[in-house]
Amino acid sequence: MNGFFDIPSDLQHSWIGLVGLHLREALLPVLAGLVLALPLAQLCVRFRWLYPPVLWVTTVLYAIPSLAFFVVLIDYTGQTELTVMIPLAVYSLVVLVPAIVDGVRSVPPETLAAAEAMGFGPVRRYVQVQLPIAVPAIIAGLRIAVVSSISLVSVGALIGNQGALGNLLTDALFYHRTELAVNSVLTTAVLAILIDGLLVGLRILLTPWMPSGARPKPKADRPDPAAVALEDVSR
Amino acid sequence: MNVLNFINAFFSDSAHWKGYDGIPTRLWEHIWYSLLALAIAAGIGLPIGLLTGHTGRGGNALAMIATAARALPSFGLLVLMFIGLGLGLLPVMIPLVILAVPPILVTTYEAVRSVDPSPVDAARGMGMHESRVLLQVELPVALPLILSGLRSAAIQIVSTATIAAYVSLGGLGRYIVDGLYQRDYEKVVGGATLVAVMALATLGVFWIANRVAVSPGVRRSN
Repeated sequence: MNGFFDIPSDLQHSWIGLVGLHLREALLPVLAGLVLALPLAQLCVRFRWLYPPVLWVTTVLYAIPSLAFFVVLIDYTGQTELTVMIPLAVYSLVVLVPAIVDGVRSVPPETLAAAEAMGFGPVRRYVQVQLPIAVPAIIAGLRIAVVSSISLVSVGALIGNQGALGNLLTDALFYHRTELAVNSVLTTAVLAILIDGLLVGLRILLTPWMPSGARPKPKADRPDPAAVALEDVSR
Repeated sequence: MNVLNFINAFFSDSAHWKGYDGIPTRLWEHIWYSLLALAIAAGIGLPIGLLTGHTGRGGNALAMIATAARALPSFGLLVLMFIGLGLGLLPVMIPLVILAVPPILVTTYEAVRSVDPSPVDAARGMGMHESRVLLQVELPVALPLILSGLRSAAIQIVSTATIAAYVSLGGLGRYIVDGLYQRDYEKVVGGATLVAVMALATLGVFWIANRVAVSPGVRRSN
């Protein structure tokens, strides 16, 4: 009963169960963030004056430490999974909006004009032309959002065992079992790398016209704002 | 508003303003840890980033390091170091620095790489030494981006230092962690407010630094 994958029974899950729980707590918020970010980004593209204030608000929201965010929500949603997932959804939203805006803006005007000349309405033009061309930028944003989300779920352990694999860390201290902490860190890191790899694969599938494996070329004259915003985001 | 009442109660209690667990002490601890970690991380990340950016070599290796570092869970790293090294400042400083170096390093590299090559060539043509090209031409132009890398590192340090209260570090996270254990929600929310204010103040400091340090010409062209 002291194997690497034996989990103390107070966590009420097997190792695989914890992995599933962790993935759900990390990925659902990113999905929610994506669903909210798409229309918001479209508004920012449509009304240019909206983008700077939105960027300001997102920068400020992103600066709020996760633990502070969690504990303030306890008053409203209790010590539940939801309390962990709401801040993660906000962080994902914050990462995804600039990524999508930059992606959609990078569509060349000739392409848009061509779509219009072919008789595309605004909805069809958005779904069939702008979104596919923005896919690399969107996936780049998703990669950052997913990886940081997977890492941050563990902090949920501090607000009463809502951290999935992070709960192993508190248990490691509680029962003096170092291997639980090692297990938690390794599993979390491997999950993050795996999902990251899956997203890269998805990008290659969705953008068959791009050379696979190549990163989008940085422009020579000016730093790519998306790349800079995305660097903002690991923690 | 429930939470606002808690915040008000926390800050108007005079017992929270003095002594070992008082707000000034904890605030100062948090600032001190954050500054120390940022200074160490910048001491590692800035020179390497500037050099690799100037020579243009090692970009792929840097990108790989950054991706790998991003996958490391900050809380997990803190607990592991705590188990391995015991109580103290060192087991907390190591994760803080490990997490803060990649954003500084990668952004600095990208910043120097993306400087417009024509003024750099002009400087070289005027006979400037390579070190002067780097420090007097590339660095000022790249400064806004370099500062943004330092900013994200600082934000990350402030928030991870909060979590570090769980492994017995001082600082503002103490209120949150202790308050949760003592079921003293007033303390928890008060701590959370202080941490959030601290994070916003960090943003403010970097905004001011950007205003002061970046030359007006560079700021306009951005």
